[in-house]
Amino acid sequence: MTIRNVHDCGQRHRPRVACLKKVEALVLEMQDPTSGVKSQTQRLVITTIPHALTGEDVVAWIAKRFNVDAAEGCAIGTMMVAFGYIYPLRDHKRLILKSDASLYRFQTPYFWPAQQWPVEDTDYAIYLAKRNIRKNGVLELHEQEQYNNLHKWLNHKWDFIVMQAKEQYRAGKERKKPDRVVFDCQERAYWVVHRPPPGSVSAMDLGLLRLIDPNQEESETSDYFRRIIIFTEQCIMRPRVKSSVSLGANPWLTDDPAYWDLNSLTIDNPTRMRVERWTFSFGELLSDPRGRDGFRLFLKKEFSSENLAFWEACEAVKWGTASTIHEKAQQIYKTFLARGAPRWINIDGKTMEVTVRGLKHPHRYVLDAAQTHIYMLMKKDKYGRYLKSPVYMDYQRRATDPEAHNFTETQLAQNAKNRRPSLSPIILRQQEEEQQAKLEASGPVDLTQVMSKLDKRNMLKEGQK
Amino acid sequence: MCDQTFVAITFGPCDNCAKTKPLMNIYLNNEVINYCSLCVELMACQGLEKGETVAKLKKETEALKVKLEVERNKLHDTELHKLAEKVEAVGQLNIRARRVLKGHANKVLCMDWCTDKRRLVSSSQDGKLIVWDAFTTNKEHAVSMPSTWVMACAYSPSGCAVAAGGLDNKCSVYPLSLDKNENLAAKRKPVAMHTNYVSHCTFTNSDLQVLTSSGDGTCALWDVESAQLLQSFHSHTADVLSLDMGPSETSNTFVSGGCDKKAKLWDMRSGQNVQSFETHESDVNCVKFYPNGDAFATASDDATCRFFDLRADREVAVFSKDSVMFGASSVDFSLSGRLLFAGYNDYTINIWDVLKAERVSILFGHDNRVSTVRVSPDGSAFCSASWDNTLRVWA
Repeated sequence: MTIRNVHDCGQRHRPRVACLKKVEALVLEMQDPTSGVKSQTQRLVITTIPHALTGEDVVAWIAKRFNVDAAEGCAIGTMMVAFGYIYPLRDHKRLILKSDASLYRFQTPYFWPAQQWPVEDTDYAIYLAKRNIRKNGVLELHEQEQYNNLHKWLNHKWDFIVMQAKEQYRAGKERKKPDRVVFDCQERAYWVVHRPPPGSVSAMDLGLLRLIDPNQEESETSDYFRRIIIFTEQCIMRPRVKSSVSLGANPWLTDDPAYWDLNSLTIDNPTRMRVERWTFSFGELLSDPRGRDGFRLFLKKEFSSENLAFWEACEAVKWGTASTIHEKAQQIYKTFLARGAPRWINIDGKTMEVTVRGLKHPHRYVLDAAQTHIYMLMKKDKYGRYLKSPVYMDYQRRATDPEAHNFTETQLAQNAKNRRPSLSPIILRQQEEEQQAKLEASGPVDLTQVMSKLDKRNMLKEGQK
Repeated sequence: MCDQTFVAITFGPCDNCAKTKPLMNIYLNNEVINYCSLCVELMACQGLEKGETVAKLKKETEALKVKLEVERNKLHDTELHKLAEKVEAVGQLNIRARRVLKGHANKVLCMDWCTDKRRLVSSSQDGKLIVWDAFTTNKEHAVSMPSTWVMACAYSPSGCAVAAGGLDNKCSVYPLSLDKNENLAAKRKPVAMHTNYVSHCTFTNSDLQVLTSSGDGTCALWDVESAQLLQSFHSHTADVLSLDMGPSETSNTFVSGGCDKKAKLWDMRSGQNVQSFETHESDVNCVKFYPNGDAFATASDDATCRFFDLRADREVAVFSKDSVMFGASSVDFSLSGRLLFAGYNDYTINIWDVLKAERVSILFGHDNRVSTVRVSPDGSAFCSASWDNTLRVWA
């Protein structure tokens, strides 16, 4: 009985790493006798073992093959070592590729990671037992712990394990010395990859396994096809369409948060780049609070600010809590849509009919059609006029030009020491809410007041000329 | 936002069962019908009629797919990178790691920036959520989640709350407080409940709604205050690994990617799967919208990142290279959309030129897989979270 304590949907057998096929193809290329990596012989005390490679040769070959620089070649090589396709002969526990004269060898395909059989604990126990037989006390601390654990869990087949270990040991002795050394190295490398020492990074670590079995085929019944038919018909019917200014000093480079302060949401004079962004599209203008403020001011002068107010109210319904939708929708109807409403918006008859009908069962998107209509109205008509208006010209005039930094080395070091925390967003939000409350408390805008103020200002200007 | 004013009846009486419900506007045999989602399901499951066989249905789907490709190809006059030949190449980038955030005791699985451009939240395998001020590298808050493998975390648009979820099958919202000694775990508010692990979560345009994707194959929209399910999205046939909301404040769509190799675009209002893209050869690990909202990019285990155009309804670029053999886990666009930052399972980050589909640069520094890459809200830096227990901010 094997204790399987992980439901893996076959993923441990054929790991979710389609990339390994590419790595295997690469390894085969590297092993080519003419165009592959140069191999040399390794000298042990009396025996010589062929087909050893140096780290620097491997890196150079990879760099040439992919036309990349040495650092990337080394990174790719390290991944190959981490997966166990190449193993180091010295320092075998550190699975990295060193770009110097250290020796490596190709792993035999039998021990490649993507094989059909799972890495069983029984095999690991046999391997450790074999090493114990050869020379008692040669196991590392973590291996000793694992061995003791396995002894406990696999106690019922311990006789089998010991017998297998003895058999393999005996068979190994009958081989020629060079073959034996190579096989031992290969086996040791295999287990370093699949049972890594604690605390080391393991390429075999796949993280949380996905629920779906990658090897399972989806059953093709009639409703599977019918769904595809319905969906594809929609796709076919859908219409298709045939799209320097100085950034200022980046705070991550200068350690000076001035750039963020200059661009804060509530600043009076936004930077030039920000002001220019408002010309890219209407959406850009609306998503920047300062942009919206400017637009609101412009609309007030044209006496059509109810459009933006309606749009903002619809957004509040869409993104607000479910419990307040009903109430908000009614409020909007009374203020903007009902006949004789104080801030009546101008939408066509069909849209109005659909919206009013929808308001009988208000839901989050009930005002969508009306909101789209008003959005398009503002975009096609008011937006263009805004960009030519004095309000916008004023913003352009007052726009700040943040300079690229010219901090010296010592100043940069000083900035790094003086990094300070900023105001928490929670406090900023509280301030915003207080401001909002004040605005609402001051009552709705009185048109007559605005008119008289404008008149007075115009008269002053005339007087000054 | 489409350029056509439309009057879509998304709520009203169903043509089939006559009940007043949210409707899906679909085409059948070139006619528009307005069915509620239950009637569409029933239509799909009605079994075989007289004279129909499974083989015939299969033939019909093949024919329709060919027709769809023909329609898509009508607009395909040139490749993206050919158009970009006249564009100047991106210059040499001088990007280095400017901050290394150490503090997690295990793999960092996800991170998200705050709208103030310097704070971020990160979640890890050991169940901890940490809110950092990345500029000073100070930790501002730390929360212990009830389960390990917290694969999803998000910062709210106001900066006053964070959401996180993972192996507990739930996504919870934690309001942040100014008091450093307050136990944030006590104020935890469970919002989303799935039947399997939560892979990704994000706030919509306000603090009051959360969009989640899960290993159970669905995505869902939740109301934070009442913890109610507002809309669920069914179409993926395997784990959904990632999602991203459309960028502008006027959008009602989001895109998701899953283990069924598909990336899908959804309409949040009706719950309908509007578009589906099937060109990847393996799991789609991450999806991200292009800054203007008309396209999106995906990262997949097949070692490629791909770029899809929503209006043309097709894949327009593949970002791949011989030497990049390992799966991509995460992507994000630079502010202008010219660069694509992608984190890979071979511990590196590759930077791609979106228009020319070429690799501009490769960044080393992490000692284990890169799990998430996110660009800061003002584009001044990007942060990578990795299984080597650290986060790095690059600029």
